[in-house]
Amino acid sequence: MTWLETLRTGWDAIRTHRMRSALTTLGILIGIAAVILTVGLGEGAQGQVSAQINALGSNLLIVSPGSSTSGAGVRGGFGSASTLTVGDATALGSKVAAPDIAAVAPITQRSEALTAAANNWTTTVVGTTPNWLSVRARALASGRFLTEADEAQDAAVVVLAPTTATELFGSTDVAGQSVTINNIPFQVIGVLTSAGSDSTSNLDDQAIVPQATASTRLFGGSTRTSVQSIYIEATSGSTLSAADQEATSELDNLHGVSALNQDFTITAQQSLVNTVTSVDRTLTVLLAGIAALSLLVGGIGVMNIMLVSVAERTREIGLRKALGARPATIRNQFLVEASVLGLAGGLFGAVLGIAGAIVVPHLIGNPISISPTATAGAIAVSIAIGLVFGVYPATRAARLAPIDALRSE
Amino acid sequence: MSAPLIDLVGVRKTYRNGSLSVDALRGITLQIRPGEYTAIMGPSGSGKSTLMHIVGCLDVATSGSYHLAGENVGEMSEVELAQVRNRRVGFVFQQFNLLPSQSAWRNVELPLLYAGVGRDERRRRALAALDRVGLGDRAEHRPGELSGGQQQRVAVARAVVTEPALILADEPTGNLDSTATADVLALLRDLHDGGSTIVLITHEAEVGAQATRRVVVRDGGIVADEATAGVRAP
Repeated sequence: MTWLETLRTGWDAIRTHRMRSALTTLGILIGIAAVILTVGLGEGAQGQVSAQINALGSNLLIVSPGSSTSGAGVRGGFGSASTLTVGDATALGSKVAAPDIAAVAPITQRSEALTAAANNWTTTVVGTTPNWLSVRARALASGRFLTEADEAQDAAVVVLAPTTATELFGSTDVAGQSVTINNIPFQVIGVLTSAGSDSTSNLDDQAIVPQATASTRLFGGSTRTSVQSIYIEATSGSTLSAADQEATSELDNLHGVSALNQDFTITAQQSLVNTVTSVDRTLTVLLAGIAALSLLVGGIGVMNIMLVSVAERTREIGLRKALGARPATIRNQFLVEASVLGLAGGLFGAVLGIAGAIVVPHLIGNPISISPTATAGAIAVSIAIGLVFGVYPATRAARLAPIDALRSE
Repeated sequence: MSAPLIDLVGVRKTYRNGSLSVDALRGITLQIRPGEYTAIMGPSGSGKSTLMHIVGCLDVATSGSYHLAGENVGEMSEVELAQVRNRRVGFVFQQFNLLPSQSAWRNVELPLLYAGVGRDERRRRALAALDRVGLGDRAEHRPGELSGGQQQRVAVARAVVTEPALILADEPTGNLDSTATADVLALLRDLHDGGSTIVLITHEAEVGAQATRRVVVRDGGIVADEATAGVRAP
C-alpha cells in the first residue's frame, strides 16, 4: 500500500468524523496561533526598541545635570541645578583627555513660537553644535547643517525637522526661506530627514539653531553659558564604558567633585536599551512558554481523540486485518490521521496567528512582526505533535489481534 | 485425488484466562480438497468459530499442524499471516463488516489495496466482482443505501475480488431474511459451480444442506463428516 493510499484512508476517516476532527484540530490551532502571536509580539517589541536606539544615535551617553548639594549640605534631586556648561562640552571633546569619545554635542532647548508668513507653529528649539547631526544619527533632506562659522558668528540660521517645515511652509523644500523666532528673523539653511519619534518626543518636530545663537540671542538669562545636557558619542560600542569613565573623571575634575557629591549623571543609552530588551525577551519567553503549554494540551487532545477513534473502530481494524492489512499498514493509517489533524491545526493556526498579527496592532498599538521561520517552525511542530501523540494510539491499533477486533461490538 | 487445500492434523486450541484454561478444539484432523463445498455445523460453543478462525489464519493453533495450499501456517509471522489471508482467503461475515463511509466498490477494492494492486486495476476488478454478484449498478452506493441482502452480496464480491483459493463464510445468512438468504446461498452455489472452494460455518440445518459435504463439530471435536446431496435452496 503506497503512502498516497494511506493518506487517502486517513483523510477519509477524518472526513467521516468532521465534528470530532474539527474539535481536535482546534486545540492545536489555538496553540499554534498563540505561539505565532506571542513570538511576533516579542519580536515586534524588540524591533521597536532597536528602532529607538537608532533614532537616538548609537553608542550614546547622555550627561544630565544631576543631584546638586547646597551649602547647607542638602542634596537636591535629579536636575535640580543646571551645572553643565559649554566649557564642559568643549573639554569632553578633547581627544587627549578622552580618546574614546568621538563627538560631543551640548544641548539647550526650549519651546518657542515660530512664525513664517501667516503661519504660527510652536515647537522645540534646540541650541547645539555642528556635531549634533552625527551624535544623534540624523541626516539632511536638503540644504546644509550648522557649521563652526555659524557658531562663531552667533548666526541667525535654523535647520528645521520635516514636520516643522511642513507646518510652517506647507512643504519640506524650504532652504533659504525666512522664519521668525522670538521676533528675530532666522534664515532656514536646511531640512532634516524624518526619524520618527522616540519614547518622549517627536524627533520630526524640532528647530535646530547654533548653541551660541540660542544662548546669547534666544534664551538669554542665566542659561548663557550653561547647557541642559551633553550628548556624547563613543568611538564604538565596545569603548562605551571607557568613554563613560573618561567623561566622569573629566567632569569630576572640572567641577571639583567626587563620586560622593557628583552634580551630574551619565546615562548610557545602550544599557537602558539592554535592560528593556532583556525584559522584553524574558516576557516573550514566558508568553511563548505558556503558548507551548497550550500546544502540549492540544497534543494530548489529539492522543485522546485518537485513542477514542481506535476503540470505536476496533471492528474496522479487525476487518482490515482480516482482509490482509499488516500491522505496519494499520499503524501508518492512524499515524497519518494524527499528523493530518496536527497539520490542519498548524495551517489554520498559522492563518489565525497571521490574521491576528495584522489586526491586533490596530487595537493595542504594539507592533507584531510575523517571522516566516517561526511560522514554518510552528507548522512543522504541529505535524510533529500529531505524530508523537499519535504513536501510542496507532501502536495499540496495530497490535490488536484480528479475532478480538472482529468480535468486538 | 488432488492434494488437499486445507490440511489440519491434530489441531488443538486452548484459551487460557489466568488459572482457567478452556479447550476449544481437542484435536481436529480434517482435509478439504480444492473445489469442495463444505458446511461446518454445530451448536454455539461447539468450537466451530474457533475452527473457522484457525482455518482463516486469523488465529494460530496451540498444537497440531495446519497447511493451507501446502504452506505451513503454524510457523508464520504476523506479517506472513496477513499476506496469506490477503491472497488465499476471502471472508464473508455474519455482520457484513462493510465500511459505512465508503461506497460499495471502495469496500470491494480493499483487499486489492492491501495486495498492492494499482489504482485503475483495483477499480476495474472491483466493478467486475460487483457485476458477478449482480450489483454492478450499485457500485457508487454506500452500505447504508443498500438492503441487508445487497450488503452481504457486496461482502461476497469483496471476498472473491482477489480470486482466493478459499472462501470462508461465517454464518453469512445469520442476519438476513429468507429471500436474502436464498439470494446469498444461490450466489455461493454459483461460486461453487465456478470451481471455488467454500467453507460455510452455520448452525442452521437448511443452510448447511446447501453444501456437498457436512462436518459436524461438538465439544471441540468432529462427530460427523459425510457427503450430502447439496440440495438447491428452496
